[in-house]
Amino acid sequence: MSPRRIVIRNQSAEANLFARRAFIAFAGVVLVLLILFGNVYNLQVESFEKYQTRSNSNRIKILPVAPNRGLIYDRNGVLLADNKPVYSLEVIAEDVEDIKNSIVQVSKLLDITPERQSQFFKAMKRKRRFKPVELHSRLSDQQVALFSVNQHKFPGIFVNARLKRYYPFSDLTTHTLGYVARINRKDLNKLELEGKSENYAATYGVGKLGVERYYEDMLHGTIGHQEVEINNQGRVIRTLNYTPPVPGKDLTLTLDIELQMIAKRALSGKRGAVVAMNPRTGGILAMYSNPSYDGNLFVHGISSKNYKQLLDSKDLPLINRSVQGYPPASTVKPFLALTGLEENVVTPSTEINDPGWYQLEGLPNKYRDWKPWGHGKVNLTKAIEQSCNIYFYELAFKLGITKISNMMEKFGFGDYTGIDIHEESRAIMPSVAWKRARYNKPWYTGETLSVGIGQSFWTVTPLQLVQALTTLVNHGERKVPHLLKANSELIIESSGNAYHQITPTIYEPRAPLKLKQDKHWDVVLNAMHNTVQKFGATAYTPFKGSTYDASGKTGSAQVARLKQGEEYDAKTTSENQRDNAMFIAFAPYDNPEIVVAVAIENVAKGGGGTNAGPVARQIMDQYFGDRVITSQTHKAKAKAKQKTDSAIVTIPQEAD
Amino acid sequence: MRSSGQDQQKIQTFWQRLHIDVPLLIGILLLLALGLFLVYSAGGQETAIVYRKARSIGIALFGMFVVAQIPPLVYRKWAVPVFVLGLLMLVSVLLFGHVGKGAQRWLDLGFIKFQPSEIMKLIVPIMIAWYVSQENLPVKISTVVLAFILVLLPTLLIAKQPDLGTSLLIASSGIFVIFLAGASWRLITVCVGLASAFVPILWMFLMKDYQKQRVLTFLNPEQDPLGSGYHIIQSKIAIGSGGIEGKGWLQGTQSQLEFLPERHTDFIFSVFSEEFGLIGVAVLLTLYLFVVMRGLWIAVNAQHAFTKLLAGSLTLTFFVYVFVNIGMVSGLLPVVGVPLPLVSYGGTSMVTLMLGFGILMAISTHRRFHV
Repeated sequence: MSPRRIVIRNQSAEANLFARRAFIAFAGVVLVLLILFGNVYNLQVESFEKYQTRSNSNRIKILPVAPNRGLIYDRNGVLLADNKPVYSLEVIAEDVEDIKNSIVQVSKLLDITPERQSQFFKAMKRKRRFKPVELHSRLSDQQVALFSVNQHKFPGIFVNARLKRYYPFSDLTTHTLGYVARINRKDLNKLELEGKSENYAATYGVGKLGVERYYEDMLHGTIGHQEVEINNQGRVIRTLNYTPPVPGKDLTLTLDIELQMIAKRALSGKRGAVVAMNPRTGGILAMYSNPSYDGNLFVHGISSKNYKQLLDSKDLPLINRSVQGYPPASTVKPFLALTGLEENVVTPSTEINDPGWYQLEGLPNKYRDWKPWGHGKVNLTKAIEQSCNIYFYELAFKLGITKISNMMEKFGFGDYTGIDIHEESRAIMPSVAWKRARYNKPWYTGETLSVGIGQSFWTVTPLQLVQALTTLVNHGERKVPHLLKANSELIIESSGNAYHQITPTIYEPRAPLKLKQDKHWDVVLNAMHNTVQKFGATAYTPFKGSTYDASGKTGSAQVARLKQGEEYDAKTTSENQRDNAMFIAFAPYDNPEIVVAVAIENVAKGGGGTNAGPVARQIMDQYFGDRVITSQTHKAKAKAKQKTDSAIVTIPQEAD
Repeated sequence: MRSSGQDQQKIQTFWQRLHIDVPLLIGILLLLALGLFLVYSAGGQETAIVYRKARSIGIALFGMFVVAQIPPLVYRKWAVPVFVLGLLMLVSVLLFGHVGKGAQRWLDLGFIKFQPSEIMKLIVPIMIAWYVSQENLPVKISTVVLAFILVLLPTLLIAKQPDLGTSLLIASSGIFVIFLAGASWRLITVCVGLASAFVPILWMFLMKDYQKQRVLTFLNPEQDPLGSGYHIIQSKIAIGSGGIEGKGWLQGTQSQLEFLPERHTDFIFSVFSEEFGLIGVAVLLTLYLFVVMRGLWIAVNAQHAFTKLLAGSLTLTFFVYVFVNIGMVSGLLPVVGVPLPLVSYGGTSMVTLMLGFGILMAISTHRRFHV
């Protein structure tokens, strides 16, 4: 540095200079302090409200609280869909010191598979900060206990209890009840579109199928809110306010789980469906499709392996066959007969000759009866009893497709029944217009003949069959098939009293189907009665010895197209080309209480009577139990009929 | 009356003998006490953190007391060698220093780890005050230029660590000396002009990305409210939501629920404003103003140009802490790591500040020393 110099200092001038500068600096300090204070004043006074709001929105969080989903009962109060606490093992990665090691340790302790572990690590990568990630979705009680003892070793890992849907009857109810499964992106979009996403903010799952899906809004309930104070990590410090959720409504179905069990047992080893309904109300008593699957699998998120198995199964367990179309075959003959009477192309006494085949004039094709040598002289009643094809070829030919399809549509064929599940198919009621629209081809008379025996393009669902049969046994009074009997809501009064308010569901009746001559109903119904009760009739054997005066009609549907002159032989036909067995029945004959439709696919031997008939019988046996209902003689019945002039009036209404 | 006057005289001489400036001590102690209460609130109401702060206050007070006993003349004698030593340490920090929070600040001498940049906060004003006080005031342009270079050397070395806050404080301590030494206004204008011209160079060549980001965030914090803007937004929310009266001690939700970052260190003013409101801020600023006034009073009454300049520079640098810290947490300045002096938790910077106050007290009490 510079060498020392002798400086003659002017002390007072320096002091003055310094004092001036110090004063300027002081003035600067005061100015800066005023600026700082002014700025803080601006924040704390001028913008106070803005920052107060932001401070509150920082610390106060509204946590949604999921409502408990309504329970579902059968008609007798048996619980079909329950909410059960499920314990999941969850991890907040930010609270775990050595995540890899901790997961390995806890997995060893609880025996968690490597597959789950790798799933966890995958899920970890796309999670949000301080959001828990599931390591195991369903811990057993033993695992919960084991973990609880060792919890102190695993900070950041905890057991979370949640209510999840549980179906105690597993596959017995899946097709009808449906199931609840985790809300996926598609559901979320839909909820958003419907403006419901807010109500589902805390909800785990949504009804995906059946009743769970149809009555989602009723079952779900209303979300509750918990106003909490949180810290910067989103951890809840304390609760400030709580609005409890409103639980969903409990549903009571018309279903009878015992009938459902019988249906399952009767269909075991077969592919097919059973629908049983109360014709007085339209309440479904049983609706079962076999094979079925366990809906509980979907509640917890089905593994891709299990799902693939269900998808790839040749037996198509995912399909609800009770609402899928089948060729109705001879089961629709009573309806066709009624059409013939209504359109006046036959009378009850009109007879035709059945040589065993039918041929249209000028055409080479021979339409065969199921009985090679024919039934001889056949009137309408006998035609139904014996399921005579030739009679119905003739009848269909005389009616023509338009009259047939018009009448059949009045019975509900080819349209939705309106049942309260969404999976229903309309099936097909063919008509000239339909064929034009579907195939862009004209209608051929030969096709009309096939329609006459419930074949050709015609398909019906077992549900449509019970609906049509209900209209028939009710002499035209139409019911809406339905599963929901009543809902019950927990009402909590301001006084603290709580009670269940039960609201029965009311189904608006549909306009009745009127015939020109009301007696024609009984002609057809009587023929169906004979079909079961008369020795030698097609449905006699399956109901032999039953005590509830059943009536019915068989059907065997060709699945394979036989070439001209070819003989059908179940043994030589590949399994999925074999005939379907169909059956419809109602009982008792007077004032029916139950109507049943059965469809069984690809039976090995025999037709509707031998395969589907016994299924209907078992359902009815269960339904009537020990009750003995004796048939009134036709004469007594006829007398009674003359007195009351309409049968409709005499059918007692039963609340459902 | 007379006797009480004599008593007062006695008391003054008692403190005089201890080389303690009582008004300054009172101001300092009030700020330190406030710091203890705030650190308790900001540190999650842990007593351990309060104990640690109390311990470093104890050490700092002792250090201040020791330094106050040293006649200011001694600093002048040792100014040059200590300054050179300090520069060497800064260079070695860059070469061998410890990395903490992305910056090299610490020097490990085997038995002790310390930040040479901290001690430079004292050495630089001593050096510059010595240099410019060799001649009669006001300073000549040539002296100013050389003094600037002397200031720039440590400033750049520290900025390179990088420690923008400290280099800013060191630069200002030197500049304050030059200003107080009476650098002509024309010169000051030119310097300000040159400094403005230097900004683009600073931006393009000297600032690291995270420092640039801080400046950008400062200009528009709402642009990235969850990222780099988070700190400043949360801090403004804390201050603003305090209102006039504040939420009350330990009641600040922004701080207690940990929305505020660096609560007990750099952002302690936000905690204070949230809990004590505008009234508290007025009191705090008044306290700082009092300390600054006392420091300047000591400077003006010092007997030699060197001590005047040193005292003035130390006082004004102390105020730079206040300005930069409050300015940054309330959104007036970009975020640079400068603590709220005496109040923030953090031993190192407080010890340096207290040593500075020790020097002030020495200047105030060692009146009769000779050139």
